[in-house]
Amino acid sequence: MLKDQDRIFTNLYGMHERTLAGAQKRGHWDGTAGLIEKGRDWIIQTMKDSGLRGRGGAGFPTGLKWSFMPKESDGRPAYLVINADESEPGTCKDREIMRHDPHTLIEGALIASFAMNAHTCYIYLRGEYIREREALQAAIDECYDKGLLGKNAAGSGWDFDVFLHHGAGAYICGEETALIESLEGKKGMPRMKPPFPAGAGLYGCPTTVNNVESIAVVPTILRRGAEWFAGFGRQNNAGTKLFAISGHVNNPCVVEEAMSISFEELIEKHCGGIRGGWDNLLAVIPGGSSVPCVRGEKMRDAIMDFDYLRGELGSGLGTAAVIVMDKQTDIIKAIWRLSKFYKHESCGQCTPCREGTGWMMRVMDRLVRGEAELEEIDMLWDVTKQVEGHTICALGDAAAWPIQGLIRNFREEIEDRIKAQKTGRVGVMAAE
Amino acid sequence: MLRRLHHEQPDSFAFTPANQAWAEAQITKYPEGRQASAVIPILWRAQEQEGWVTKPALEYVADMLGMAYIRVLEVASFYFMFQLQPTGSVAHIQVCGTTSCMICGAEDLIAVCKDKIAAKPHTLSADGKFSWEEVECLGSCTNAPMAQIGKDYYEDLTAASFTKLIDDLAAGKAVVPGPQNGRYAAEPKSGLTSLKDYDADKPQYNASAALATELGDGVKRIQGDEVPLLTPWVGKDGVVAGRAAAEPTPAAPERPKPAAKQAEDAKKEAAPKKKAPVKKSDAATPAQPEAAAAKVTEPKAEPKAEATETVEEKAPETLTAAREGGADDLKLLKGVGPKLEQTLNELGFFHFDQIAKWTGAEVAWVDARLKFKGRIERDGWIDQAKQLASGEETEFAKSAKKDGRYKDKS
Repeated sequence: MLKDQDRIFTNLYGMHERTLAGAQKRGHWDGTAGLIEKGRDWIIQTMKDSGLRGRGGAGFPTGLKWSFMPKESDGRPAYLVINADESEPGTCKDREIMRHDPHTLIEGALIASFAMNAHTCYIYLRGEYIREREALQAAIDECYDKGLLGKNAAGSGWDFDVFLHHGAGAYICGEETALIESLEGKKGMPRMKPPFPAGAGLYGCPTTVNNVESIAVVPTILRRGAEWFAGFGRQNNAGTKLFAISGHVNNPCVVEEAMSISFEELIEKHCGGIRGGWDNLLAVIPGGSSVPCVRGEKMRDAIMDFDYLRGELGSGLGTAAVIVMDKQTDIIKAIWRLSKFYKHESCGQCTPCREGTGWMMRVMDRLVRGEAELEEIDMLWDVTKQVEGHTICALGDAAAWPIQGLIRNFREEIEDRIKAQKTGRVGVMAAE
Repeated sequence: MLRRLHHEQPDSFAFTPANQAWAEAQITKYPEGRQASAVIPILWRAQEQEGWVTKPALEYVADMLGMAYIRVLEVASFYFMFQLQPTGSVAHIQVCGTTSCMICGAEDLIAVCKDKIAAKPHTLSADGKFSWEEVECLGSCTNAPMAQIGKDYYEDLTAASFTKLIDDLAAGKAVVPGPQNGRYAAEPKSGLTSLKDYDADKPQYNASAALATELGDGVKRIQGDEVPLLTPWVGKDGVVAGRAAAEPTPAAPERPKPAAKQAEDAKKEAAPKKKAPVKKSDAATPAQPEAAAAKVTEPKAEPKAEATETVEEKAPETLTAAREGGADDLKLLKGVGPKLEQTLNELGFFHFDQIAKWTGAEVAWVDARLKFKGRIERDGWIDQAKQLASGEETEFAKSAKKDGRYKDKS
């Protein structure tokens, strides 16, 4: 188990002092100017060496992403935009950072912006996190007050502003280009890529969009060294990670652990085990609603990292939002609810997604009741394949994968329900 | 989901002075000319003040930000947090229904709403105090099931604790948000498994609940003085340091104009632009047949028709009567009927070859007298006349002859 001294988010539960002074006592904002003095190249190289992969779900190497930003301005400013639109069902980790450990994020924003030649950072917070917004704004105000932001931020010689912006309840705004559209005051509809945001993003300027957790871990990585961070987890899956475990465990929680921890250890150490014991485990969605579910028996020994979950189990780590379902769960209905979610959240720009999400939800609705034909399972599979890969953004894929995961892993359950419904009907008719 | 403005709207909207100051402070976050970025936060503040987004509020915000009303409506109808119909006077309750909450009992909470408030979402309760809806994942999954009421999250709910919560709110009692089962935040309920050092002297509430109890504004209509926006980024000299240090943000590209507006503008622009090529043809006189012929070979490339107003007129050669052998049937030109033929004859045109030789200036002269602006060019008379003069037939002439549409006269 990860030791407390190796945890980056030492105030995850908000039990310590939440003020700037409290954060400084815990080691944040320590020698920030010194880190910046070491220069852009050193920061980006250290981030690359640390092996940090983006914490927002896709797992793209953070240092590499930063290196896509233009080294010199061509007359346009550069922007860092922090994606705090945490809306992936199952995910609730960034909220804990923003309300309880906000200084990790603000300090990270300064350093990351400097590395990308950006003088301005926008944090796009989901609209529903109102208290989190107030807590984070209070922390930002305090930083301005103490000279850690604004002119010559933290004595680094870099002039820097952080602005808090918020959305109003649209999951799609977690997609980076939709987020940029929304930040410009428009509907959150994703843009075609290219151009990528590093070329033309916010206000047509070079922009990098990073997840909250990706930015918040930066100062600690730079202070403690790339080797320290890379020392956790298997190769290519480095670091510590916030896991959010919800559903049918005895003690759901958000906890920071080392990458590549086994599922069993994560659940036993922090969550008090599976409700009703391991034999009662039905299925797990290991990385937020967009990744396919996995059968419980395959999960016990699973290694919680990007490569294992994708390579061995055909799922993914995503945002490390682990949704656990025991055998009392109606798994078809649980996945139907996700279909309903994607139908609700489709922005309507691409036809396969706009029509497909509704289509899939309606078929799922009948599968939940068993009022369908067996052939419709394959038909549904086929529809998911028609949607997947045919849309501007990944929402279409995300809507397709949970259903594919369900059919791959729980086909028998779906068939049994259809058969039971049919025999039930026959029985009723015979009685008449 | 269909989202439209409510059928009954108040007459007016205005921010309270403190909210107005808050909204203006919000705009300082964005570069000059990009104030439209503030539309979501400011609309949200309007909703916090009124309880829902009204049409006057929407127009007020649009005017404030220099946006077209329709652009603000577009935003208000796209984002689901904007309530486009009146909500409960005490509170609008949003129950998270997505998978993590659903499998932990969200359906029981929804049943409570249906029972205590209204059978259908977005409907006022009988006493007008509450309304409710099922929302998608609110991002508090380890504290499932949960609901948002006003500014706050109420977590780890059961049907019983949720019922009591609604009753307390209805009675105007103070309620404490956050976990409702004794938990502090998102830590394991049975006790800390990490970060145990400060457990003993932790503050009374987690950060969210602490703010809620301190401000006491969870379900009240926001006036603007609860949490002022301080704008510390605007320095004493009025300069935003980071923005000043960077290159200026490029101006917003112009929004594409609606088709009608584009056509209007095109018309206005057309005149000066088309002048040049027309003037070139002015040089050609009727005595120079090659010039006319050159034009005829590529009639579509000659954009002079729209330009007739600005082209100097020049009288073409005319005849007082048809030449020997009689006048050509000018009605074989598409666009020329008996009436026009008569007019053309009166002007002194009887033959195709006469028309084929018109220059731009001469077309303008004829056009002015026909009172059918642009028709000569639009129907391609010169091109047709050239073909007919040389003995060829045009498609139109063929069919006109065949169906004998001008039989009575010719």
